[in-house]
Amino acid sequence: MPLSSTIIVLAIPFFMFLFLGLVGVKMPRKITGVIGVLAMAVTTVWAYAIAFTYFFGTDQGQVVDGVRQQLVTTDWTWLSFYANKMIVRLGVLLDPISAMMLVVITTVSFMVHLYSLGYMSDHEGNPEKGFQRYYADLALFTFSMLGLVVSTNIFQMFVFFEMVGVSSYLLIGFYYGQQPANHASKKAFIVTRLADLFFLIGIMVLSYYTETFDFKDLMGANGQSVMSMFKNSQAITFMGCSVTGWALTFIFIGGAGKSAMYPLHIWLPDAMEGPTPVSALIHAATMVVAGVFLVARLFPLYIVEQGAMDIICVVGAFTAFYAAAVACTQSDIKRALAFSTISQIAFMMTSLAVSTAQNQLIGGHEAGLGYMASMFHLFTHAMFKALLFLCAGAIIHAVHSNENSKMHGLHKYMPITSIAFLIGCLAIAGIPPFAGFFSKDEILVACYEKGIGWGLWMSMVAGMTAFYMFRIYYLIFFWKKHEVHGEHAPKDQPWTMTVPLIVLALISCVAGFVPFGDLVTWDGKALETHMNWPIAGASVGIALIGIALATVMYRKENPLPDKLATMFKGLWTASYRRFYMDELYQFITHKIIFQGISKPIAWFDRTIIDGFFNLLGNVTNSASWSIRKMQSGNVQGYVSYYIIGAVLLAAVTGVVILCF
Amino acid sequence: MYLIPSLIMFGCGVYGFITRKNMIAILISLELMLNSVDINFVVFNRYLYPAQHDGMFFTLFAIAIAAAETAVAIAIIINVYRVVKNVDINQITKMKF
Repeated sequence: MPLSSTIIVLAIPFFMFLFLGLVGVKMPRKITGVIGVLAMAVTTVWAYAIAFTYFFGTDQGQVVDGVRQQLVTTDWTWLSFYANKMIVRLGVLLDPISAMMLVVITTVSFMVHLYSLGYMSDHEGNPEKGFQRYYADLALFTFSMLGLVVSTNIFQMFVFFEMVGVSSYLLIGFYYGQQPANHASKKAFIVTRLADLFFLIGIMVLSYYTETFDFKDLMGANGQSVMSMFKNSQAITFMGCSVTGWALTFIFIGGAGKSAMYPLHIWLPDAMEGPTPVSALIHAATMVVAGVFLVARLFPLYIVEQGAMDIICVVGAFTAFYAAAVACTQSDIKRALAFSTISQIAFMMTSLAVSTAQNQLIGGHEAGLGYMASMFHLFTHAMFKALLFLCAGAIIHAVHSNENSKMHGLHKYMPITSIAFLIGCLAIAGIPPFAGFFSKDEILVACYEKGIGWGLWMSMVAGMTAFYMFRIYYLIFFWKKHEVHGEHAPKDQPWTMTVPLIVLALISCVAGFVPFGDLVTWDGKALETHMNWPIAGASVGIALIGIALATVMYRKENPLPDKLATMFKGLWTASYRRFYMDELYQFITHKIIFQGISKPIAWFDRTIIDGFFNLLGNVTNSASWSIRKMQSGNVQGYVSYYIIGAVLLAAVTGVVILCF
Repeated sequence: MYLIPSLIMFGCGVYGFITRKNMIAILISLELMLNSVDINFVVFNRYLYPAQHDGMFFTLFAIAIAAAETAVAIAIIINVYRVVKNVDINQITKMKF
């Protein structure tokens, strides 16, 4: 398979978006869904072929001297300014991480497309209103996300960053008739847009000093020239830090907005108002890792800039803990999963950020362990988190509620879903041989190499992960007997919904055995990975403790959780209310920004600016009203005025001429 | 020498144009002004460039145009009279906004 055909992988979803959005609305709903799924299947197969060719082929320059190359397979000039000094290109860049992301995105997207056939239908199997729009938006999202990962330059990436934001907005607000969905979609859009503003500033600063947008140039592919330019510009400082440090920090803020890092995480739990398959695709597996991907893409720059990396490290480690603490008490299963997602993405961020300090030789080959671990975790997390969300969707579809108090004891009714969910939980908790064990182990190794404190902190969060996941699991499937409401008992869903669960569960079982160290490293050279048994054993032990704790507390109905909740009432409430972050934001935006800043500005605009222009208008109006009598239409009158004027003018001219 | 009658004619024309209410009278005043200008034209041609006759020809031309213009004006006045049964300029306000 020629790698230049990668563009097809992008083209299919894009044309499906146009087709389903424009033509599909005239067609029966079911047919549009089937077309969407089939097109996505083709895309997935094609992406697999591309990734396989990239990783295992040799005939197209994929590997030179044992180093995996970055291949630009498509390259168009989009804009050029200043006599071609500044060129913005559109293209397709293939390297280990983008090839891996192609696989992740298309797999999850295909599963979600298939699953939605069942999920977006009522119990008789009839697709609901807006079905075509839903599939068109899914296709748009898939296209934008694929475009993001294959971007050849940072500007193209920004464009697609915005496009995934828009499609996320459209899909969160899919049920636009409902007020919470509207609020959630607006919130998601505004928060990520705010972060993207920083991203744009970062791009401007960075490209101003390096004079390029292209990733390949930034990585120093052109004889290290830009890299040295970059190093020179580190000498230029602004407020005590180098400008490039500022630029990379701003770019990280953009990524943090998309990846829901504290304190920009507030949109993600609310984004769960969208349909559950959308949550699985966008808010668990693909779009939210865009920030991680961004940092990974610029990794060679970040490892030179230690200050920016330290910020990422602190933010990531704190977010991981914070989100895990919140996830322990949530009663809405989708929200709990959302906080779990935030925590896991923070794992990836931290893993990227700890890469630097491992080796005294900064930027050395071995520095890439954290990078590799992060990408590995991104891959496995996408699979098992999509699985968990799709399970949650199946449950919600069956019991018509997000609250786990309405679920309890579903194991008997939905065995397939239960087992799939259990596999997902084991994978995220890091129990061998499931996928999460391998990737999380690498992350913990990387953290311990940075410092024992970082390692212990992340291990603790890993233990909390195991606890809250099994808490959710037990509360859904066990705890007490299910009370059947209405006439039909919950049961496993139709095949369109269970097949994706089974497939993703299988992937979650085996994904850990992918030799990531050979395939995905930051400098393209294969990285030796060893199982670090003490750390692996310890992390499994911590996970087992977490699971055991959850089993004691939530396996059977008992008063222990309530007792603990009342014992630590303040802490429990704070965690349940997400440590009042939303209230804080509400306070800042409404009380400080709206009242303190916007209101005076609005007053100034309404009274001073508008008043001035109203005054101008009023004066003109009244003046013309008072002199309008002069325009009588009487030509004889005009002539009289004219002659009087002419005579006066002649007289004045004559006097002037005579006097001087 | 010829300029004095021309000046008197022009003054009469302006006065008539402003004060008369009858449209025919206004037209006559207009013609008076035009003819005074014609006289000026001829006089200045004769006075400044006696060897050339461009001014004369232009005057003849202007007289011809004036005749045509008068015909049009009279036609308009007749039509207006047919509609409003009047030629008083102050009464014809039908097309005023």
